[in-house]
Amino acid sequence: MTRRDPLHARAVVGPRGSMTVPGMGGASRILLPVLGVLVSVFLWWLATVVFSIENFLLPGPQDVLQAYLGQQDYLLEQAWVTLLETIEGFVISIVVGIPIALLIVSSQVLERMIYPLLLAVNAIPKIALAPLLVVWLDFGMTSKVVMVFLVCFFPIVISTATGMKSTPAELVELMRSLNCTRTQEFAKLRLQYAMPQIFTGLKVAVSLAVIGAVIGEFVGAKAGLGFVIVQSGASVDTALAFAAIGLLAVMSIGLFYLLVALERWLLPWAREER
Amino acid sequence: MIEVSGLGHTFRTQTGTTQALRGVNLSVHPGEFVTLIGRSGCGKSTLLRAIAGLVTPTEGRITVGGKPVTGPRRDVSVMFQQSALLPWRSVLANVLLPVEILGLERARYNVRARRLLNLVGLDGFEDRLPKELSGGMKQRVALCRSLVQDPAVLLMDEPFSALDALTRTEMSGLVQRIQMELDTTILFVTHSIEEAVLLSDRVAVLGPRPATVTEVVTVDLPRPRSLGHGSHTVDVARISSRLHDLLDPEWVGR
Ligand SMILES: Nc1ncnc2c1ncn2[C@@H]1O[C@H](COP(=O)(O)OP(=O)(O)O)[C@@H](O)[C@H]1O
Ligand SMILES: [Mg+2]
Repeated sequence: MTRRDPLHARAVVGPRGSMTVPGMGGASRILLPVLGVLVSVFLWWLATVVFSIENFLLPGPQDVLQAYLGQQDYLLEQAWVTLLETIEGFVISIVVGIPIALLIVSSQVLERMIYPLLLAVNAIPKIALAPLLVVWLDFGMTSKVVMVFLVCFFPIVISTATGMKSTPAELVELMRSLNCTRTQEFAKLRLQYAMPQIFTGLKVAVSLAVIGAVIGEFVGAKAGLGFVIVQSGASVDTALAFAAIGLLAVMSIGLFYLLVALERWLLPWAREER
Repeated sequence: MIEVSGLGHTFRTQTGTTQALRGVNLSVHPGEFVTLIGRSGCGKSTLLRAIAGLVTPTEGRITVGGKPVTGPRRDVSVMFQQSALLPWRSVLANVLLPVEILGLERARYNVRARRLLNLVGLDGFEDRLPKELSGGMKQRVALCRSLVQDPAVLLMDEPFSALDALTRTEMSGLVQRIQMELDTTILFVTHSIEEAVLLSDRVAVLGPRPATVTEVVTVDLPRPRSLGHGSHTVDVARISSRLHDLLDPEWVGR
């Protein structure tokens, strides 16, 4: 595809109808998103200047940066709290969710018992539980971890169970023809087959996890980025709130791409060849 | 080696019952290559799966090597229409799957797996993933996998019917060579008359559902056989047309 012939050096319509520029390849993957961010920040700055918007309504990028640099240590400390809550809740949902999915798939009786219950619990708007969690578990981290667990748990169970159930019949039959045990069927086949779908569930869950932690902190906390946002709202320090929101975004994106990298590393067989 | 007597099977599902097999009698001698041929849906797979111990028949008796079949066994292996390779395992790891599941000695069978891959012309592909292979190559890996545990009986259910015509011919040649080399007893299901004549010692023709063996045709042609060239083209044509008649009785005399 990398033709050097200048006659061919024009834009080509890519496989999904998108325009790709020959010869830009890898660089454009990083360059274009960065360019996108820079342009948006510039437009943001332009808007605050041109419409001379009040600082407490919409601070400019320079104000936010200033607010961040002014309280960097404090903000990072709070970010660390939120990150810990997020990761703890997320890991607990994996540790609890995957075995429950295994139970659901391995037995129809258990599926009929557990599944409706799961659906019912999932139907509750989790935000409604946040104040109760504070009442039960106090203002500390535990109530946030539980909140994160509640939002993450369901997508993980569902993706794991669906993945294991979608194992092709011919693969199951092959394992059976070797007289495999139930444990072997799950460990060597179903769980492995489900891995790409489990990762899809994890990626959904991790974004929800950050939201869960922040909601928990909104309702009642002594630390964390959600707490910072509530505080700065009270003192009309909008720039500080923006800095906290920015950190949350970075955290969320970072965790997401960490999972993407883990998936690429662990599941080379599931990677689509381009 | 394989004895099937009075075998019958009826599927019961929510939507009703289907009698797939009735009064099937069949015996396959050690080292023999027997083909089951019949129209699609007549019950060939059901018969094969019953012999494999994957389906418990509702009537009749099956023994393999003198022992009654009560479930899947180590000395009976199956190869299906789909290659059924585990996509996360390399070619070699796929071939070694039975060794792992059956708890056999790894080091010894490792050598055997590599030798089998060599035999089917896949040396150098041991570490590839299934997604890097063509359909024919995948089926060759599946063949190695079904032979790795050194089964006494190999059951093959239309193993080449998903392949293109040229690859099929190539695979038939390969199976002939493997059988001459390993003398495994093979029961082969197909709906291709060509494949049946090319590969078998005997061809068992199954009638319409509920299937029973209507006729057994002996193919006494010298090996290795081929369809195009060779001196026995006339014999191949004679046996092929006989099978045609048996499979489509209404056509005769039309
Ligand atoms: N698991 C099953 N449940 C119900 N009916 C089945 C099942 N498997 C096969 N059958 C029925 O049994 C008959 C024979 O099927 P099969 O042995 O697969 O035929 P063949 O392999 O000759 O094409 C068909 O009519 C099919 O619909
Ligand atoms: Mg079939």
